[in-house]
Amino acid sequence: MSELAALFHGFSIALEPTNLALMVAGIVLGVLIGVLPGLGGANGVAILLPLTFTLEPVSAIILLSCIYWGALFGGAITSILFNIPGEPWSVATTFDGYPMAQKGRAAEALTAAFTSSFIGAFVAILVITFVSPLVAGFALRFGPAEFFAVMFLAFASFIGLSSGSPFKTMASMMLGFLLAGVGLDTVTGELRGTFGSTELMRGFNFLVVVIGLFGISEILQSIEEGLTFRGREGRIDLRAVLRTWAEMLHHKAIVVRSALIGCWMGITPAGATPASFMSYGVARRLSRHGREFGQGRIEGVIAPETAAHAAGTSALLPMLTLGIPGSPTAAVLLGGLIMWGLQPGPMLFVEQKDFVWGLIASMYLGNVVGLLIVVVAVPWFAAILRVPFPVIAAIILVVCAIGAYTVNNAAFDIVLMLIFGVLGYVMKKLDYPLAPLVLALVLGDRTEQSFRQALLLSEGSFTIFVSNGLVTSIMALGFLMLFWPLLSKLWSRKSAAAGA
Amino acid sequence: MPQFAGGGSGIGQTTVEVVLALLFVAVGGLAVSEGLRLGNGWGFDGPQAGYFPFWIGLLLIFASGVTLVQALRRRGEGRLFVTWPRLFLVFRVLAPAAVYGAAIFFVGIYAASAGLVLWFMRGIGGFPLRQAVPVAAALVTVTFLVFEIWFLVPLPKGPLEHALGF
Repeated sequence: MSELAALFHGFSIALEPTNLALMVAGIVLGVLIGVLPGLGGANGVAILLPLTFTLEPVSAIILLSCIYWGALFGGAITSILFNIPGEPWSVATTFDGYPMAQKGRAAEALTAAFTSSFIGAFVAILVITFVSPLVAGFALRFGPAEFFAVMFLAFASFIGLSSGSPFKTMASMMLGFLLAGVGLDTVTGELRGTFGSTELMRGFNFLVVVIGLFGISEILQSIEEGLTFRGREGRIDLRAVLRTWAEMLHHKAIVVRSALIGCWMGITPAGATPASFMSYGVARRLSRHGREFGQGRIEGVIAPETAAHAAGTSALLPMLTLGIPGSPTAAVLLGGLIMWGLQPGPMLFVEQKDFVWGLIASMYLGNVVGLLIVVVAVPWFAAILRVPFPVIAAIILVVCAIGAYTVNNAAFDIVLMLIFGVLGYVMKKLDYPLAPLVLALVLGDRTEQSFRQALLLSEGSFTIFVSNGLVTSIMALGFLMLFWPLLSKLWSRKSAAAGA
Repeated sequence: MPQFAGGGSGIGQTTVEVVLALLFVAVGGLAVSEGLRLGNGWGFDGPQAGYFPFWIGLLLIFASGVTLVQALRRRGEGRLFVTWPRLFLVFRVLAPAAVYGAAIFFVGIYAASAGLVLWFMRGIGGFPLRQAVPVAAALVTVTFLVFEIWFLVPLPKGPLEHALGF
């Protein structure tokens, strides 16, 4: 069990006083970010990333990943008490969480949400601890063709699994690739897509794009929906906690099922939001009380929260082992790794043991700390939403602007951020998914590089992508995912015809 | 002007769908032309720099073309993208934000941020100045301490800060 030894070493790093302090600070900031509309996991981490350059990489990732855990916890608070999902992955939590709060069961709903989040994350961390070294070891054998195949699989599954129009997913993704290509071409040194502008020579930094797409657009959307906060009281006492835990024991099956759905959706880059919806849907379909869902069933809180946290956490597995993030926030963290001078991918497990295992150990600790903090401090966090919206909106705008500026010390980036804010607002309203854009933007350069390197090896022959069993099967899986909507339609038509 | 089922008018969903899809087609076209300029064939060091933008651009044109056709087919439904009163609300936030972005170039981020908070609280929230001024001052002070002093990250400054010796 070399993993256990490595993990204990990781704990010794995560338990250093500085790292512990950063952990608590990260969780508190994260919950705050999760509670506030307009600041989410992805852009919260993006804004703080430039401030972490003075820290050791392991301390920096502990701080930023804890912000992520905090944001995952925080999204549930506003969903249940205010019927406002602080994060997209807590939309499904409002379905039963808010009705529970209206019936005076806010404490139970919150406890159920936090506990399920904790369990979901814990299962995902176990998976990361024991599965990721295997995946990383396997991926060490990858050449450029295999890496391109894995990227292809990741992007193809996005298109195949998209809940809305696959063409919109594709457009969003291609836009991300094109934005990634702007600037200096790393292979030939030529300038691409700058059209003579010196400001564009730096290319589009993904942090600026993320802050605009997720932060500014969120403020615009919130103001359009005319936010009025009318919240329920949320105070959790020990008796409510114990009562909820006893009740949750009856729903063990839902917890396990939701955690597995979450892990799966997090590792394949579907992300926390679809995971929470899917888990909610499955729980409702399989429940004997399916009709009562939406009126305040505790299962309706447990299912989405477990899955969202499991997905959000396990999204770090492909990021650490393959360098392919499973969610927008994981994509931002991956960008952080590159900026700290670490090479994401399987070599991380060989060369940066302290970093990897320090991070994994901090996930265990961070989630325990997170659970304690949210249970104790719910009323204070909920009180933030009583601050009038114009004040919050102005402060968030300023924070976003500073975040965008500090990436490159360029005021032009603030203008870009606003442009992407408007684009994000329009795209979101038209059901264009934003996650593929961000992932393509972060991975664009590496996808293109591995593609070009592979073709260079084969002297321009595409047969390199079917040259051995491994790369062939990954590519085949990719094409299967890509045409999945088409195939399943054909399948159901065929079986309908057979049934008729 | 399309009418909303629940009353009120605004910008139609189809209009915005079509405009955005056309914009994406245009971006794809730019990428294709840039790809052709750089060369989309085989160079001595593998595929040329224009190879990727060329094909990605074509895929963007294809995907947006399909979206465009789908949107035009649904144009009879008369769904609204946003009603005028709601769009006005968005502009009440977006316009000051744009001014804020421009102002940073001239007066630096501190003065611009203070102005933004004052405008939002006074103009949108209707708060009296005796509440708005302390909030703006607190935000600027905290920002200054965190960035310039603790993290040593210099933010854009204007004539006011220069006059104060920073």
